[in-house]
Amino acid sequence: MRYIFYPGCSQEGTALEYRDSTLAVLQALGADVQELEGWTCCGASVASVMSELLGFVLPARNLALAEKQANGRDLLTVCSACYTNFRRTFATLAANRQLHQKVNQALELEGLAYQGTLTARHILDVLANDFGPEAIRARVKKPLEGLTVAPYYGCQTVRPYSPFDDGQRPTSMLPLLEALGVKVHRHSREASCCGTSLLMTKPEVGLTMVGSVLEACEGADCIVTVCPMCHMNLDAYQDKVSRLLGRKVQIPVLYLPQLIGLALGLPEEKLGLRRHITPVKF
Amino acid sequence: MAAITEALDLGQLDRSLAQRVSPGRWEKILSCIQCGTCSASCPAAHAMDISPRQMWRMVQLGMTEEVLRSKSIWLCSLCYTCHVRCPRGIPLTETIVRLKELAMERGIVSSPQSEAFYRAFAEVMRRYGRLREVEFMARYFLASNPLAALGFARLGLTMLARGKIRPELPRLGGEGRLDRLFARVAELEEKR
Repeated sequence: MRYIFYPGCSQEGTALEYRDSTLAVLQALGADVQELEGWTCCGASVASVMSELLGFVLPARNLALAEKQANGRDLLTVCSACYTNFRRTFATLAANRQLHQKVNQALELEGLAYQGTLTARHILDVLANDFGPEAIRARVKKPLEGLTVAPYYGCQTVRPYSPFDDGQRPTSMLPLLEALGVKVHRHSREASCCGTSLLMTKPEVGLTMVGSVLEACEGADCIVTVCPMCHMNLDAYQDKVSRLLGRKVQIPVLYLPQLIGLALGLPEEKLGLRRHITPVKF
Repeated sequence: MAAITEALDLGQLDRSLAQRVSPGRWEKILSCIQCGTCSASCPAAHAMDISPRQMWRMVQLGMTEEVLRSKSIWLCSLCYTCHVRCPRGIPLTETIVRLKELAMERGIVSSPQSEAFYRAFAEVMRRYGRLREVEFMARYFLASNPLAALGFARLGLTMLARGKIRPELPRLGGEGRLDRLFARVAELEEKR
């Protein structure tokens, strides 16, 4: 399995441990991974508010670079917002030739052109479908028996541009979690919204959204996510949610590759569990 | 303009807003049947001044000022739940992004925090090509409400201690990494 890796901005800062654990797990599974050279921000949820065209040009710039470097590799993303921006750009430009031309008129400035041949894949899709639970089970050294895990997919991992799972009732994490030996805590908020930037701009609304997810996950030993935005919101605001609810809520939040890494017996320095705000103690 | 309770006379509809925020597929917006699935699905609807269902009727009626001045558009977190559930297949979430763009363009953003958030993020993106999280946060709080930063101080210190963030000083002067691309996009958008 060969991939070009688009880390995304958070992987250089607040979500460094997501990047490290992802690369460590992929290496353990025998994947060949190359970082995308010269990548820039996908535009997040911001570029298309500033300008509709910019919201396509920024992802297309990276897709164009990836096409040059691809040579048969798939483009791998770990952030669900980057993933959505890339897939949205691919789908929208494929259906709108005029817009596609305009995007390439902008990219000409950097000597780039997006052909529309490549889109992005999400790490959850890659783990569930390229490698699959059996390949992971075969490498488990420390089964995580006795651990109860609440899966959390969030929004953009599964909708609306994601082809690998159901947009409202996703299940792709289940076989992977079972392969690690854990017990799965199913709940009603697996694909609900974490509140994204509302935690900064409208904290009172954002905290209600995070709170409803955390409450649904109570009873589990930890929550597992596949998006740096979801992780930040679920991990970093538990004190504030506790104050809002009038009782203490404390659930460690792990990235899926961190949990897989634990079961594979990968060393702590590759997993970065100590970087989380809510201490990871089982 | 028809009142919201009157039957719609299609001939008298002001379609300009729908056409502006949904170029090429604005007829889709006119097909909204007011079923309210969007309002029932929206995780932030409880905090909105205009419910999503009401908002689509107002877009149909061309009530531009009222929609753009609403708090509701700034409460959308892009979860796409209304988008996947809309029985008419209207791309609701992305239409809200277009409404946000139009409100920014006309300078009538009802949420100063949201405006500060988008502008600070875009500025850091333009300068460095990638988001520098600490500089972005600093710019956001300076532009919106420096006192609100105090509410995040404890979290910030914990993040520093865990190595999740590093102190960053803004690089002053010089050409931004994406200056030319941003300028080129602005130039191309002028022509639409």
